[in-house]
This record gives sequence, C-alpha cells and structure tokens, in this order.
Amino acid sequence: MADPRRSPLAHLAEPLAATGIMRELPYLSSFEVRGDPAEPAMARLGAALFPGPLLAASWPTAGHAAGTGPRYALWCGPGWYLLVDEPGSALAEAMADDLPGVSAVDVSAGRTVVELSGPHAREVLAHGCALDLHPRVFGPGSCARTNLAKAQVILHQTASTTYRVFVGASFADYLARWLLDAAVEYIRGEPVDQ
Amino acid sequence: MSQAFRRAAGGRIDRSRTLNFHFDGRAFEAHPGDTLSSALLAHGVRVVARGPYTGRPRGTYGIGAEEPNAFVQVDSGPGEPMVRATTLEVYDGLVARSLAGRGELSDEPDHSRYDKTWAHCDVLVVGAGPAGLAAAHAAAVTGARVILADERPEPGGELLAGRAHLDGRPAMDWVRDVHARLTGLPEVRVLTRTTVTGFYDGNFLVAVQRRTDHLGADAPAHVARQRLWHIRAARVVLATGAHERPILFPDNDRPGIMLAAAAAGYAWRYGVLPGRRAVVAGAHDGALWAAVDLFDAGVELAAVLDVRRLPEGQVHRALRDRGVAVSAGHGVVGTDADADGVLEAAWVAPVDGSPRRVPCDLVATSGGWNPAVHLYSQAGGRPLWSADHAAFVPGDPVPAVSCVGAAAGTFGLADALAEGAEAGWQAGAGTHGGGGEEPLPPATDSVADAGAPAACWLTSDLRPDTVFVDLQRDATLHDVRRAVGAGMTSSEHVKRYTTAGTAADQGRTTGVTTVGVLAGLLGLPVGAVGTTTYRPPYTPISFGLLAGRDRGRLLDPERRTPMHERHEAADAVFENVGQWKRPWYYPRPGEDLDRAVERECRAAREGVAMMDVSTLGKISLSGPDVGEFLDRIYTNRFSTLKVGQCRYGVMCLADGMVFDDGVTARIAPDRWHLTTTTGNAAAVLDWLEEWLQTEWPSLRVSATSVTDQWAAVAVVGPGSREVLRRLAPSLDVSAPAFPFLSVRDATVAGIPARVFRISFTGELSYEINVPAWHGLALWDALLAQGITPYGTETMHVLRAEKGFIVAGQDTDGTVTPHDAGLGWAVSTAKHFIGSRSLARADTARADRKRLVGLLPADPSVVLAEGAQLVVDADAPTPVPMLGHVTSSYRSAALGRSFALALVAGGLTLRGETLYAVDAGRAQPVVVTEPVFYDPEGARRDG
Repeated sequence: MADPRRSPLAHLAEPLAATGIMRELPYLSSFEVRGDPAEPAMARLGAALFPGPLLAASWPTAGHAAGTGPRYALWCGPGWYLLVDEPGSALAEAMADDLPGVSAVDVSAGRTVVELSGPHAREVLAHGCALDLHPRVFGPGSCARTNLAKAQVILHQTASTTYRVFVGASFADYLARWLLDAAVEYIRGEPVDQ
Repeated sequence: MSQAFRRAAGGRIDRSRTLNFHFDGRAFEAHPGDTLSSALLAHGVRVVARGPYTGRPRGTYGIGAEEPNAFVQVDSGPGEPMVRATTLEVYDGLVARSLAGRGELSDEPDHSRYDKTWAHCDVLVVGAGPAGLAAAHAAAVTGARVILADERPEPGGELLAGRAHLDGRPAMDWVRDVHARLTGLPEVRVLTRTTVTGFYDGNFLVAVQRRTDHLGADAPAHVARQRLWHIRAARVVLATGAHERPILFPDNDRPGIMLAAAAAGYAWRYGVLPGRRAVVAGAHDGALWAAVDLFDAGVELAAVLDVRRLPEGQVHRALRDRGVAVSAGHGVVGTDADADGVLEAAWVAPVDGSPRRVPCDLVATSGGWNPAVHLYSQAGGRPLWSADHAAFVPGDPVPAVSCVGAAAGTFGLADALAEGAEAGWQAGAGTHGGGGEEPLPPATDSVADAGAPAACWLTSDLRPDTVFVDLQRDATLHDVRRAVGAGMTSSEHVKRYTTAGTAADQGRTTGVTTVGVLAGLLGLPVGAVGTTTYRPPYTPISFGLLAGRDRGRLLDPERRTPMHERHEAADAVFENVGQWKRPWYYPRPGEDLDRAVERECRAAREGVAMMDVSTLGKISLSGPDVGEFLDRIYTNRFSTLKVGQCRYGVMCLADGMVFDDGVTARIAPDRWHLTTTTGNAAAVLDWLEEWLQTEWPSLRVSATSVTDQWAAVAVVGPGSREVLRRLAPSLDVSAPAFPFLSVRDATVAGIPARVFRISFTGELSYEINVPAWHGLALWDALLAQGITPYGTETMHVLRAEKGFIVAGQDTDGTVTPHDAGLGWAVSTAKHFIGSRSLARADTARADRKRLVGLLPADPSVVLAEGAQLVVDADAPTPVPMLGHVTSSYRSAALGRSFALALVAGGLTLRGETLYAVDAGRAQPVVVTEPVFYDPEGARRDG
C-alpha cells in the first residue's frame, strides 16, 4: 500500500533536487522534550534514549546537539530540547515510561526538514539567517533556534557542509520557495516561477 | 562626436574596446573604465545638469560620491532616477539624460533581482585606498576574518590616479599585489563597487554592492543586480578618505569649475583633460600639487593662486621647474561665461586688490580636504575642528573603531600607510589573537608640506546671490545671510532654513564650507558652530534593494495547511487570516460569493459539510498543575474538567478585556490540548509563557505549540454522525457514548485521529484532528463521502446566526466577557487574570457597549461592518453614537440579513429601532437577542 502520508514539500521535490544543494528529509520523528536535566527522570530518559557510557543522561548544552547517528537531541532553550530520530522510530515507546517532571510532545508531523549540503550551503543560508555560521563559530553539532528569511527555524549543522533546517509544516512551502530563490546564483538555471 | 579631450595614453580605461551610449539624445563613445562624467568630459561636454530653481547650467564638479551637480536620469535597463554621473560606469547601450533637480521613478515594474545577505567578520575595513589596503592586509595576516569594502570598481583609492610610487615601483603595482594577496586568503572578502552606507549600534553596518549595473544588457538575469550586506564586525577600520571642498566666489557654479584634485583625477585616472587652460586656486598644498598634475597631463596653467603667502616649499619648486609661478595671496573673485553659460574666464585678484580677467575653460578650486567622518559620526563619534588641519577630524575614539588615513586627517601617503597597517594589525590581533608577522608598510617618497592649510571659505562675497553654498539646492551665500539675519545661530537651523546640505549629495563638498561661512557671519570659531549631524544612508539606497527578495509571493510567509492543494484544485477563493491562506468560499461555476455561501450554509444546516480548521492555534499543555494554571488563565474553571472532556474558555488580559477564546480538552490527567483563534496562536502561547516564566514559575506546566502538528477538519451538520460512523467503525458515535464537549481517540479512515465533539455552528459536528502529514488523506476520505467543503465566510455566517463571537472581530480590546454576552463563562468563585479589573465600577456600568443582534428593517440590506449606530439619523452633528456593527451577513437559514453589534445599553434596547449609518446612508434596524438560529440549542446533538 502506498504511503498515505504527504510531506509538506512533496510538491517541490523536483526543484529542490535540481539545485543540487537541497532536499527535503520528510517524516523524521521528533519530540519536544521539556524538563530540568538535573532531575532524575530526565537523566533516566537520557540514559534510555542514548545508551552508552559517554552519552548517558547527557542532554545537550546551549547551542549544541547531543547524540550520534540518527537519534540526537537539539538544545532549544533552557530545559527545552528537540529530540530527533529517523522516520518511524520507536521514540514514543521511550516516552511511555512514567517520567515525572518531563513533558514530551510528539511533533513529528509539525515540522519538516530541508537539508542543505555542499560548498554553497552556508552561503545560501547567509542570505536569510543573521547568525554567524563560520566554522570558527558554528560547526558540526551546533544548533540554534533562529529565523531564516521570515520563518522560525531550528538550524542544525550535521557535518562540515551539511545543515538541517527544521521548519513548521505550514511555513515549509514559503521557506522552500525562498531557498530556491536564494540559491539561484549557486546553481545553473533560472529561478523557479514565483 | 570625437573624444577631443581624451589624452593619447594613460588612465585606468581599456582603450581596446569602445562602448556606445546616449546622453540627452546624442550618441557618444566611451571605454570600459569610464564613468559617464569622464566620458562626457572626453567629448568636451560641459553641461550635464541645471540648477533646480535657477535653471543655471551645471557641469561635473567632483569625481566620486561627493558630486553635487552631475546627477542624471538613467533610462536604459531598469531605469533609475538621480544617478551620479561621476560614479555611473558606462556600459554599452547606456541611455541617460541631464536633470534639473529631481529625477523620475519609472512606472514600469522593476524585474531586476535584488539580494540581501548577512556577513560577519573580525575586522571590517571601509575604503580600499592606501590606508585601507594596508589595514586590511595587516589584519588579514593575523588570520582574522576580514572584509574590505570599497565603493569604486577596483581598489586603490587616491592611488588610482597612478602618479604615486611605493617601494620604488608604481603604487598601482603595490595595490595589485596586495589585492591579489587578499583575495587569495580564505578568510578575506574584498567587496568592490560596495558602499558602506550605515553604521548602527553594535558594530552593525550596512553596505550596498552594485553587482551588475556596469554590465548593461550583458548582466545575467539570474544574478541579483544589487546586494545589501548586513555586516556584523568585531572591529571596524574606517579608511573612508576625504572629500575635497571648494573655495566659494561669485558665479562659482559654471560648467568648467571643478574641484582641483577631481580635475587632476580625470586627467590621470581616466586619461581625460578636464580643460585645456586652467586657473588653479587653493588654500593648501594639495591644490598646488593638483596644478602640477594638471600641467603634467598637458593642461596649460593660466594662473595658480594660493590664498596663503608661504616661503618656497617642495611644491613651489615643482611648479617652478615647470615654469609656473604661484600667485600668493590670490584668489578667484568671479567668473565669466559664454553664451551657453559655460566658463570662459576667471577674475583673479590679490586679497583686497583689483581683479584681472584670465581667459580659461577650467577653474580648479580646492579649499582643503574634509575627512569623511560620516561613518565615524554615525558610530557615535563627534568630529572636532582642528585648526592644524583646517578641517573637522574625528574626535574622541569610538570603541572598536579606528579611523585611519585621510579619514583621520592623515593626508601624507607614508603616514596613512603606517597608520592603516598599525590599526589593521591591532584590530586583527585583538580579535583573532595574532599570528604571522606584522607587515611593514611600503616605503614612499616623503613629501614635505610647504605650509599648513588655511581655513579659507570664500574669496569674494560680492553679489552673494551668485555665491552658491549648495549647488544641488541652488542655495547661496545670500540665503545664509538671511538665515543669520532671521536670528539663526545653529548650523542645523541654517541647514533647514536654507536647505543647504539637504540634497541627495548631503552637502558633501560644501557642508563644512557653509559652516565656515556661518561661523564668519556669526563671528564665532568654526569649531563652536560645529557640523550638522551625519545620518545614514551615506549614499541613497533603492527601494528595490531594501525590499530584497521580500516581494511578490515571498513578501510574507504564506502559511498553508496540508490540504491546501485540494482547496486550490476546488477553485477555492482564498483569504488571508494572519499569515494563513484560508479558503474563503468554494464557488461552483457561475456562483458568486453570496450564492456559494448560501449553498455551503445550507449543506451545513441540512446535510453535512466540512471545513479545514487546521489553522486553529493548538497548544499542548502538560504537567500536574495545568488545571490550576488554566483556572488562572481562563475566566471559567478548568481544574474540574474530567479526562475525555472539553470546555469552552475565555481568557482576558489583565484589564479584564476579552483576549482570546477557544476549546480546551483534557486528554490525560496531566495532558491538555488548548485551542486558540487562528490569528492569536502565537500571542496566546507568548501570554502563557510570560505568566509561567515570570509570575508562576512554581507551577509545573509546560506549553508546546502543536498548531502545525495537527491537521483538523470540522465535519458539520445533521449528517455528520453518519459520516463518522462509516469512517470510524470502531468508534461508538452515539450521543450517550460520545456526548457534546467530549474528545475521543479513534481511527478515522484508517488514520489515527483525535475527534472532538464541539460545534462552532450550532449543528451536530465533530472536529477530526490527525497528524498533519495525514491531513490530505483525511480530507480526501471525507470528500469521497460527498461532503460539501465550506470556507471562512460560511463559517462566519453559521457562527453569527448562533451569536458566537469571533475574538478580534466582535471584540476590540475594550469588551469584557460580560459585554460580549459571555458572563456565563466568568467564575466568581476564583481569581483569574482580569478578575480584579472586572470588579471595577467602570466594567460594571449599565451603559457599556454590549453584544446585541440587529435585524435590518429591509431584510435584503446587509449592513456594513463598522457602521455606526445612532438613535436619530437626522440629529445635528455631533451625533451621539451608541455603538457599531461588528458582524453582518445574509442568512440562508433566516432568509434575510442580520448582524451582530456592540451597543451602549445592550439588550435594554431590545425591540428598539436604531439607525446604522455608513457612507452617508442610514438604515433602520431593530435590536434583538444575538442568537438568531435554534436558540434552544436543539440541533447540537443531531
């Protein structure tokens, strides 16, 4: 049976791919988690989510991501994290435990992700993001809640020239069209029709 | 026309290529590297503009951004009004014409692309003249991130004239080497054709980069014509150079009168003679060196005048070697023009002596250099008068900002290079920690000054109405005297009174000169009068660039629901609700708004209809104290709500006025789902966070926006239960099992869903929420049931028939819950935000405006929303106004028009006739209860 779901940028998959810079990463699992990382329940949840001696119970510090591979947590604010995993992950099960003082809300369908990669990714973002994304300041494992153009986003750098932009599903069409326009000079071809 | 004034060789132009352009309808030729001014001067074209008020002919006066005269209208390409000919690079096909004052905006849409970008650096160097290049290079070798911005097409600044030597080689070789090294460094960005126009708080600077204007028709369509740079710099080095200022005299505005260094610059930078026979008049050594340059370029020097009397210095010897004598203590006291108004002679005289007439086609005048302190001043610095410099120079230092070279009053090349290198090194090392070795500035021949510059503002004040203190505004010495005569003593007042310094050139050439003249009239020291304030932008910025890509569809985010494309496919007419695009109505072929809404209403009241309500604000609240928190937020009580139930709530601001309303459900003991109006979603979340974070941090509550997480469809009408029964076979949809104001998790059309039994129409209805990525599938499944979609207009009619308010439409921040007929939802047994305000005498007044219904006497009349309500339409003005219409529609169910209104006295006026006045027409209306349809609420359960 075909996937009954529809991602917010499915209709722009072709122009995004044509840039060679951008693509949608649809259907990632994500939870907004709130809780004091010093509380035992948060530590328990951290240990359950990130098993292993190094990362156990270590929630990310300001401006950073924690975790390796597809499952990681992004710092969104004090005691506020976006937990991310690959599509269809079992994150919800980890949240099912009794976790006093912890709020975990499934927001998987509330956002989509535009991934930008390659040598021009940083430049394209700079057209609409006031943050300094220079490697001396912002690098792999950095994240920020910020504005890209006129959309609120969570920006997460996953590799030396790869960024994930988490954007609200209702803003995704606007942001993608804005990105396509901002990327025009970095690709061959003409701007997509506006 | 031939380029009769083009020198045989030299200049930074590419003589191997010829460009064709038109000016004032005539065809001309130019070479790449020419500006419009240099190309016109090459052809001997002297008149490029006219005084806006006097109509007097005017010629090119300067050589860069300081130009006061040569503003032209560009008609080619996208067209642009008021472009400086001195900085307008000629391209093949350029069409321009002279102006007298204002230019014209084109009526045609501008299809050029405009770009914005952000940039961050350790060191921003503004100006790529010798000091700026030295600074950028010294900063760059520390490893610091450097941006070097210069408004010209290539770096070099004053060195572009090509006469100076550094390290024993032509200075432009050094410029080329430094430029190459800079562009080869990964952390250095060199921006040419880039004007830093503003210096704002926190070392935030804005720069305008002209990227394709010089390419004309060859400009690639996909490349943004201009780019606005937002630059955040840890340190800023201002190497912005200086602007030459003139000495004033009667008839100082004739074509052929130029600034001296500008005249020499045309000869050497562009290989164009600005005239053949010149009178050079100055008050500082620079003017005399300009005479040397003009002579060496082949200009006959008819007279070289210096207001100063000096012993012979290096520059005098240079002139004497060329057979030229300096007339010390001399100045220009007037000029003559030919029949076209173009300069043909200067009157020169010793101080207080009798003048003699000197035929010439060029008067090159220079009263000195004004350091370009604009950005320093914008950064918070105060320029101070320096008698040694005879100029305003940067005063107290501004933190993290250095001024170097001519911008700091350091005019000697060797000193400027050393100053730039030191400042660049300090800035780079201070931000990046250093590394590499401090580079030595290149060696230059030392030039000894013959004497200090003199502060000379004018050499004759006879006929003051022809002594122009502002060429672009046609403001004269006479005007300044009138201002002083009227009692003005402040340079700011005189500027506004005379308009001197208010034109597009911002008085860059003569602003300080005007201050000097004013000081003389007032008998005050120049420093005591002071300059006027320098404000951004340094040079004008086009509106297109300020808009950037925020235009057309990208002007503002268009928020779309997951079902958006189905609405488009159904030919829905959309309306903007906040940033959302919502279907307004779904016209079938031949239907207008009224017909479509009537059909949609009927479907909802008689069958089954559905609406995309995904835009409603949704907030997930969790924690053990949510109930207590909501009791404080809402006027009514929520802590008693049982799991699986929903309740309508009203929230007020602290003033007791209605802020928002919506339905909140208790999903689990510690988990709640709160909804807001579409337009208030963000404001409500902010409101909740404000109270949680600042007032009640002890409450264990967290709030998460889930507006975009859930797609939602309201299925409305007597047939809705049957639809849900078919699509959710495992859900018991019977009224006892799924009563009004309850919520159930269910599988609907195979999709995991959360179904609320709530109603904004009075009909039996269900709001089915599914994860947003399933929204389209849910909509399609409902469409397949043959359900009629309806839009916001029908929603408004249906809810108004029931007297349901829309916060923000039927309320306006002055309406209490009681005023809105929601007193039933206000608890008196608890405190909530606004409760104390609702106890005030004013909020209990009997004559407050309250929600009522209105029935127009003529049932076919739909009142204008906003129409004022009065008792007597014929009363003399001012007519006492009782209130206004807030919502007004035609009702299919009632078979007539109706309205909601806020009226002083409210339902005490029930049955009275009032008049709704709009656009001069008064419509009689009868005041009624605000519930028009099914007042018993019998339809809610199907």
